[in-house]
Amino acid sequence: MITVHNLHKTYGTKPVVTDISLEFPTAGITSLIGPNGAGKSTLLMMIAKLLEPSSGHIALNGQKVNNIKTAEYAHRVATLRQSPGFNLRLTVEELISFGRFPYSRGHLTQEDRDIIEESIEFLELEAIRNAYLDELSGGQRQMAFLAMTVAQKTDILLLDEPLNNLDMKHAVQIMQALRRLCDEQGRTVLLVIHDINFAANYSDHIVALKNGTLKFNGSSEQVITENNLKALYDLDFEVIRNKRGCLCNYFNL
Amino acid sequence: MILRLSALFVMLCIASLMIGAQQLVWSDLFDSSKDAWLTLTASRLPRLIALILTGIGLAISGVILQHIVRNKFVEPATSGGLDAAKLGLLISLTMLPGASTSSKMIFAMLFCLAASLLFIFIINRIEFKNTVLIPVLGLMYGSVLSSIAEFYAYKNNILQSMQGWLLGDFSRVVQEHYELIYIILPVIILAYLYAHRFTVLGMGEEMASSLGLGYASTAAIGLILVAVTVAATVITVGSIPFVGLVIPNLVALKYGEKLSRTLPIVALGGACLLILCDILGRLIIYPFEVPIGLTAGGIGGVMFLILILRGIK
Repeated sequence: MITVHNLHKTYGTKPVVTDISLEFPTAGITSLIGPNGAGKSTLLMMIAKLLEPSSGHIALNGQKVNNIKTAEYAHRVATLRQSPGFNLRLTVEELISFGRFPYSRGHLTQEDRDIIEESIEFLELEAIRNAYLDELSGGQRQMAFLAMTVAQKTDILLLDEPLNNLDMKHAVQIMQALRRLCDEQGRTVLLVIHDINFAANYSDHIVALKNGTLKFNGSSEQVITENNLKALYDLDFEVIRNKRGCLCNYFNL
Repeated sequence: MILRLSALFVMLCIASLMIGAQQLVWSDLFDSSKDAWLTLTASRLPRLIALILTGIGLAISGVILQHIVRNKFVEPATSGGLDAAKLGLLISLTMLPGASTSSKMIFAMLFCLAASLLFIFIINRIEFKNTVLIPVLGLMYGSVLSSIAEFYAYKNNILQSMQGWLLGDFSRVVQEHYELIYIILPVIILAYLYAHRFTVLGMGEEMASSLGLGYASTAAIGLILVAVTVAATVITVGSIPFVGLVIPNLVALKYGEKLSRTLPIVALGGACLLILCDILGRLIIYPFEVPIGLTAGGIGGVMFLILILRGIK
């Protein structure tokens, strides 16, 4: 369980995250939503231990994150960011095998190999397992990176905009895979997401930020309402719910 | 494939032992009255060993730097490291005239390390990271260091000799004048042990940290390995450009960049290229020699151009 206590982050004099305290629920998908510059990614990076908070702290099961060593943290929390600068020529399978790096440091055991196989199967990457990453489409690449993160076998996964630049099919595939990770394996997924409809339909819990402060925090049904979304994005919304799901319309209103 | 490369390597080694101003006939090795053994042990073998170690060391240095900087056009010659090592060597020569080889080595190494760190600091501050911009900056940076070295040499009246001995040349390699190069041996072993970590380093700081790798310490180890190699080669044989750039790129195109698997291929490739350049240098104006700095620069430069034109990713 991740808890955040009075978290502040400033870049120079500019505050990016201001006094956020909250508790993220265990197991299930939690989406961080909010307009650009709300501090979503900054918050996620601080939880990932990739960014130092200016003040306040984050705790994992009651233990302060800053007191956990990087090597140890990699056994418990896996992070996937956008990686536009990634230029290593690796095959999909080689990339996924690096998900086992926190455990094996390069010498794969049989258990590592089994987990790599499992991740390839889980994201249905058999057909492209020997293809080089630079020969793949953006969606396939993203699936491969996700498989690597899955192979890290951590209880918690942090994903920064995993649906960026993906077509609808790949976006749905990724969200369904995340859903199965939570439902079948009991993992906790925290993600920053911009598409409000993906957030509304696939997450159990939603945390909404605006201008670096916590605006709403609750179950998907509680947070996704016309009034909340209007306050969050300064746009008129129409929220249509039926038994198949929920549609947030913000076009031509 | 590694078999074919090994066969090529063995053939090149034999050729390298056979070729030279002094004719070497294998049957003479069994005739104690001839000085064939002397030629072999005092000159040909040391030269071959120096070539192999230098080739492996330079190729590995290139690969390590490329992973730290995350740019495929970077190597000691395009990031200021080589020029800084020369400058360090020059300063140790003029300030401590009677300096031992090891203190020269330390000077060259520290300069190379400092220059590499400064280079990484500079490129980390640049927001716009164009792939080709970084080596261009590196070349400019190297030229600045080089011109400082030249000015310094001019002031101390050693400009001419400096230009002579800093151009890579293996003809000076004879018994008792090359042993420093063996320091590359432990570098190769360490690089191999760290190969997997260097690949993770190449994924960038954030991804490496989320995989639990201590980014800064691993990068520091990589830079030290590079500095030791560059310093040892500059002192023993002078500067040889492009080997560290061409070989890793060619290997990456064909075998990818999982270093724990490709590092032996990179190493063997580096050794082969250098031996080949050396044989060419010895044959072009036989029985005289063209310095390897020229042949390697020429062959490496052309291959580098081809790689750029083919658009390496």
